[in-house]
Amino acid sequence: MNFFAIKTSPIAASEYAREWDKLYAYLMAVSVFFTVAICGVIIFFAVRYRRRSDADRPAPTKDGKLLEILGSVIPFILVMVMFFWGAKLYFDARIPPKDAIEILVTGKQWMWKMQHPNGKREINDLHVPVGVPIKLTMTSEDVIHSFYLPDFRKKMDVLPGKYTQMWFLPEQEGRYHLFCAEYCGTEHALMIGNLHVVSQAEYERWLSTGGTGGMAAAANADDPVAAGQALWEVHCMMACHTGRPGAIGPNIHHAFGTMRELETGEFVLMDENYVRNSMINPNDDIAKGYPAAMTSFRGTLNNNQMNQIIAYLKSVAEDAP
Amino acid sequence: MSHAAASTDHEHKPYQQHHFESMEQQTQSTLLGIWLFMAQEILFFGGLFAAYTVYRILYPQAWAMGAGTQNVFLGMVNTIVLIGSSLSIVLAVHSARHNDKKGILKWFALTLLLGLVFFGVKAIEYGTKWDHQLVPGLNWDDGHALHTIQEHAPKNVEINELPKGIQLYYSLYFVMTGMHALHMIIGFGLAIWIMIKAARGRFNAEYYPHVEYFGLYWHFVDIVWIFLFPLLYLV
Amino acid sequence: MNDNNTTPPLNYLTNGHTVKSWLLTVDHKRIGILYLIAMTCFFLIGATAATLFRLELATHNANVLANDTYNRLFTMHGIIMVFFFLIPAVPGVLGNFFVPLMIGAKDVAFPRLNLASWYIYMAGGLFTLAAIIGGGIDTGWTFYTPYSSVYADSHVILAGTGVFITGFSSILTGLNFIVTIHKMRAPGLTWMRLPLFIWAQYSTAIINVLGTPVLAITLLLVLAERVLGFGIFDPQKGGDPVLYQHMFWFYSHPAVYIMILPGFGVVSEVLACFSRKRIYGYEFVAFSSLAIAAIGFFVWGHHMFTSSQSPYAGLIFSILTYLVGIPTAIKIFNWTATLYKGSVQLSAPMLYTLGFIGLFLVGGLTGLFLATKAINVHLHDTYFVVAHFHYVMVGGMMMAWLAGLHFWWPKMFGKLYNEFWARVGAVIIFFGFNFTFFPQFIAGYMGMPRRYHVYDIEYQPFQMLSTAGAFFMGIGLIICLVTLVSSLITGKASGKNPWKATGLEWNYASSPPDTHNFTVPIKVDVEAYDYTDERIYQDA
Repeated sequence: MNFFAIKTSPIAASEYAREWDKLYAYLMAVSVFFTVAICGVIIFFAVRYRRRSDADRPAPTKDGKLLEILGSVIPFILVMVMFFWGAKLYFDARIPPKDAIEILVTGKQWMWKMQHPNGKREINDLHVPVGVPIKLTMTSEDVIHSFYLPDFRKKMDVLPGKYTQMWFLPEQEGRYHLFCAEYCGTEHALMIGNLHVVSQAEYERWLSTGGTGGMAAAANADDPVAAGQALWEVHCMMACHTGRPGAIGPNIHHAFGTMRELETGEFVLMDENYVRNSMINPNDDIAKGYPAAMTSFRGTLNNNQMNQIIAYLKSVAEDAP
Repeated sequence: MSHAAASTDHEHKPYQQHHFESMEQQTQSTLLGIWLFMAQEILFFGGLFAAYTVYRILYPQAWAMGAGTQNVFLGMVNTIVLIGSSLSIVLAVHSARHNDKKGILKWFALTLLLGLVFFGVKAIEYGTKWDHQLVPGLNWDDGHALHTIQEHAPKNVEINELPKGIQLYYSLYFVMTGMHALHMIIGFGLAIWIMIKAARGRFNAEYYPHVEYFGLYWHFVDIVWIFLFPLLYLV
Repeated sequence: MNDNNTTPPLNYLTNGHTVKSWLLTVDHKRIGILYLIAMTCFFLIGATAATLFRLELATHNANVLANDTYNRLFTMHGIIMVFFFLIPAVPGVLGNFFVPLMIGAKDVAFPRLNLASWYIYMAGGLFTLAAIIGGGIDTGWTFYTPYSSVYADSHVILAGTGVFITGFSSILTGLNFIVTIHKMRAPGLTWMRLPLFIWAQYSTAIINVLGTPVLAITLLLVLAERVLGFGIFDPQKGGDPVLYQHMFWFYSHPAVYIMILPGFGVVSEVLACFSRKRIYGYEFVAFSSLAIAAIGFFVWGHHMFTSSQSPYAGLIFSILTYLVGIPTAIKIFNWTATLYKGSVQLSAPMLYTLGFIGLFLVGGLTGLFLATKAINVHLHDTYFVVAHFHYVMVGGMMMAWLAGLHFWWPKMFGKLYNEFWARVGAVIIFFGFNFTFFPQFIAGYMGMPRRYHVYDIEYQPFQMLSTAGAFFMGIGLIICLVTLVSSLITGKASGKNPWKATGLEWNYASSPPDTHNFTVPIKVDVEAYDYTDERIYQDA
């Protein structure tokens, strides 16, 4: 094998990844400088002041404050640059853009299940169009997993009973690694997949066909929004929550993504976690001005159905994220 | 061994262990050791209190309703019993200071007796929880639990379903009171050991560290309960 | 001092030869040796596990081990090495043996408790070994919930109990050392005259006493969840698995300092001796240990930047982590400055020590990468982290441990080892180590997740190098082991102070020391590391 043909750095597949690489280079420069400087000085001292005779009695060095002051201040400045740079990079890229395509990801020992906005599903492969920000809303059915796209320098833990989010902007068509980074049991190493960044046209085509082979085509390709709407109607949520006169519950029909006032006077964001929790534990957060009259949907709706209702509520939100 | 002959500069007191230079050093060391032991105990229970705090903030309703099912009267009885046992151990230390062997034995016996009363009451409480199927993992039933909570709720509050995190409340209740009880059981063992020592006349007015340090330990166990009682029964 | 030349006095090794005289000893020196033997066995078990999975990792597909076997091996390696080697190594062996000797005490404050600590350690070890023999455990050494509490199909209960029990050994040893160092110092030995090894042991002991109980209760909650079905961390019962991570790392991050601080102490002793200089900036080095111990309690969240903890909490953990870096940097600068105009002798312990500084430096600097929020998101749970903590734990702690073992070996056993082979071992271990772990930085930077035994072929060159390096390092360790053990039989008598070192243990105790320390009372009238004091150069 040709040594020089070995790849020694990951692909930088997005603008964020390139920014990341710059910070990494700064850290690398600081590290290399100190490693070389200190090791160099140690080797120099070890040779220059080597013991020439057993009778050597070196004169004591008087402790000075200069080394301690410089040795604290200079590293302090260097690490504060790291801190602010790293924090800025992180926070700037934390909130997904409004126009992102949202894909639902479910981790399960030992596979990744993805669901596209139109309901199409795939397993361990994720097809996304180039040039459009992709937002992943993720949860786990069992243990903790972690969704990791090394070429995008992004990773987020995927937890049971909770939604986490992550987003990225693919810039170049191609196939990229997808790993589970949190140890999750026997086949943790096999909980891997591929991110396929394809052209817009191809993505549209892919969405509307049965799939592109492999494990991509999943059985149930129902549109989650339509399914969610059906559930919304079947379970009479529209009787309670659409703002009809005398309705027993608050109008949440077009409210996804807005701040809701609670009985306690607090405000909470109506997001996936809030909606899901309200279906399971309706009395946790009572909306202001309404009785605690809702019954739990625990046992009535499964995980998937709750996701569908959430998808529906999102689709009809006034300010769809 | 040449050791005894070598340490000529001072006489060893009868209770001084050979590796200490003086009785004072030995006393101070033991005292510091006991306090460090207390510090680690605080951190041990601290982990539980941290988990308690997090979940109580997350699930205030579960805590309110869970505490509602507790028998505050029995909890109060136990609190008084433990405070009484603290008092009796203080009197045991007092007896030791005055070289009163019978007093030590008498007050230790009373401490143990009060400890047993505490366990009896605790057993009744645990038994009730078991009957009401309020033991997560081992004997839990949602319907029965809801029923019990409804029964204990104030008249004007209507409860239709179990609050989220209610199992956590009971899990923490059992772990926290269980850990406290375990410390008491260890205390029983220590107390019996010290009583045997006392009966054999190993202590006198100059030397009774075991009695004194057991007192500290017992107070610590009581203080833990003084925290547990309001946190688990009265919230 | 009181050498008498007629009949050799009984030393701690020859005073009683029965098994009982060892197993029921309350002599801190013998207890140190008991730890040494037990710990070496655990180290060999952990190293065997590492050898097996390193073989597997050489190639990108699974051709040696099944998935489950691999998972059980890396878990066993982690648990054994962390809880049964790294944490107790320096305190258990060198601390027990030398803390009393270095402060002029006849023993530790509570000798029987000290023996009890060893038995508790062994009991914990036996539980863990039982778990391994019974088929192993596959949760990783971090026991993350809900995998460990609900899903894992292995001996979590046994192993968890083992670690739980061993924790009390750390607590009691720490308690013993704090009291000993506070109350049993020889007259004249003020805090500012203490050897830095003692300062390091003291700082470590504080973390042991305050941190370990939290691990104990956390493991207890996991066990309660697994055995009884309590749902403390189970999301299905409303529990939060992230709370487990907070509680686990509240101990386990300070535990990193439990492992490395004693190493700092060893390094300071060896460096002073083989450059015949007082450690430069003694006060700063001493107090930086305490600073690290204190700040170390508030940085645990940097293990959880991607765990869904609040990003603002993450910021605080990030900045505090950098602050730990400052006292650490101070130490490295001061050690380097100690060599300046010294009389440097590159003996085996010194080679290990200088190797320690270099490797620990790399470990510390790569820690800065991981403290940086955005950088951490990519590197977290990859081989970069694996390489980073092996640079700190093996390159740092294990090198320091070997430095200390070589340094004090003549004092412990009265025999000189073969200096040439000891140096060969040190050099091979140093290069073998870099060979093993440096490629892992690159693999991690490229995105290879840890705990993968089947992986993309693009990472294979680095894993292959790593496996090759591990065998190189293994050879170094074998040379080191053979050199030390053979010195017990063939080694020349070392005399009281072969290195001409300062310190009470070298100047007021024979080699090996007598059963009873300091039978003639001593009084300390000099600073630590006074290498201008001609008394230490007098008799060999």
